[in-house]
Amino acid sequence: MSMNLHAVRAIYGFEMARFRRTLMQSIASPVLSTSLYFIVFGAAIGSRIGSIGNVSYGAFIIPGLVMLSLLSESISNASFGIYMPKFTGTIYELLSAPVSYFEAVLGYVGAAATKSMVLGALILVTARLFVPYEIQHPVAMVAVLLLTAVTFSLFGFIIGVWADGFEKLQIVPLMVITPLTFLGGSFYSISMLSPFWQKVALFNPVVYLISGFRWSFYGVSDVNIGISVGMTLLFLVVCLAVIRYIFKTGYRLRN
Amino acid sequence: MSSIISVRGLNKTYASGFEALKNVDLDIRRGELFALLGPNGAGKTTLIGAICGIVIPTRGTIHADGHDIATDFRAARAKIGLVPQELATDAFETVRATVSFSRGLFGKAASPAYIEKLLRDLSLWDKKDAKVMTLSGGMKRRVMIAKALSHEPTILFLDEPTAGVDVELRRDMWQMVRKLRESGVTIILTTHYIEEAEEMADRIGVISKGRILLVEDKATLMARLGKKQLTLNLQAPLAQLPTELSGQPVELSADGTALTYTFDSQGEQTGIGTLLRRLNELGIDFKSLQSSESSLEDIFVSLVRERA
Repeated sequence: MSMNLHAVRAIYGFEMARFRRTLMQSIASPVLSTSLYFIVFGAAIGSRIGSIGNVSYGAFIIPGLVMLSLLSESISNASFGIYMPKFTGTIYELLSAPVSYFEAVLGYVGAAATKSMVLGALILVTARLFVPYEIQHPVAMVAVLLLTAVTFSLFGFIIGVWADGFEKLQIVPLMVITPLTFLGGSFYSISMLSPFWQKVALFNPVVYLISGFRWSFYGVSDVNIGISVGMTLLFLVVCLAVIRYIFKTGYRLRN
Repeated sequence: MSSIISVRGLNKTYASGFEALKNVDLDIRRGELFALLGPNGAGKTTLIGAICGIVIPTRGTIHADGHDIATDFRAARAKIGLVPQELATDAFETVRATVSFSRGLFGKAASPAYIEKLLRDLSLWDKKDAKVMTLSGGMKRRVMIAKALSHEPTILFLDEPTAGVDVELRRDMWQMVRKLRESGVTIILTTHYIEEAEEMADRIGVISKGRILLVEDKATLMARLGKKQLTLNLQAPLAQLPTELSGQPVELSADGTALTYTFDSQGEQTGIGTLLRRLNELGIDFKSLQSSESSLEDIFVSLVRERA
């Protein structure tokens, strides 16, 4: 069966138009908050902390800060994208259109992941203004960034379908993702924790993302890069399975 | 007669246990204007939703232009345009962008020329670059119609299209519906304004409590169920209906000044002559008389009451 590429393009274009309209919220605020982190932790406090491994503290936190924005923006963009039509009622059009679930996901998640990638690149550029850093494995860096953006946009899509109010839309990024990211080694190396908490940290999926991402920059990591990628792929597969379930049953989309 | 939509044994039970549709069979003929009438909560919107893919049927099959809407949903849905009852539009998009979006969503290559023609036909061209949220309610309704027609469907569903719409838009809309029908588009509409169905529709279906009560050519329905009434305004009011007239389809008005006689317009014997002779015998004199035909609305109300 041929794909309805016009529909994928329409959804993608619609979402990207929304992105351009809300450029300030979409780009400016994450870039601003990341800059603040660099000023406080990188320059002011970081200068007194010294290096972790061979990496200065300011450079050390860059991958974690990019991940912090990438995760929350992927989720909020994708969840908002599918939640809004449900909220305003315009979802009728998507449901009555000759669009398969795969095409709908491709449009919404593709747009959300694109926005996240743009944002991630902007944060890296911003970081360069504050801290000199190098990227040892640029291809792996982009691959991890892309994998994370797609995975968490899928996760966001699920949240957007599940949410039946604005509170629910925000509760997961706020109550789950932010704590996991802060505790996932954005600002410290897991090896700095006591052995017990090191074990606990391994249950935090974000540890694998940040560790893998940091490896692509500096060649050092808390956990093996293979395990990092494996865990991210596992989460991706889980998200795909949940989306498959949503689409098979029409959960919260079709009556 | 080739049917463009064919519904067989359709049931829909919502998660709450509410049975919105009960074993519905329905055929819509190619090119006709079909009016679906029914009181609130009768299942009209659920039935339309099931055909358009918004509601998942519990049981039954639906074909649109020969395509099964479940297994061959792409081909089926590409033929169908839907204007739902509720106003739901993208606030921040421009009129032209939102209508072009719909065309893409339904799998058609962009066609600025067609979109322009559509917007001009719906008197929206002046507003093409306006954001949808700045439009009045009536204009938003036009935008929704434009979206439904953006992919050049051959079947158009209008769910209560004229609810809460001003006179001018209603007139424009019916003109547009007539034009569409002339161009071969099959139109299925639900409406509360029964006189519109009476004026526009080729066939009429009545649905109540999830069941289709009847589907009939409008003319046949009117003839079969239509009743004529003869009203006689009396010279002097009567205290009560004379016993000689009881047992006949004659009613006395509350103030005693008028007699209403109901008869079958299709019958051989209307009985009017007999009635008038008897009134003469009784010495009941009348000032004036008029006859009237029951409207579709009367038919509809009596049908729903009778069978519900």
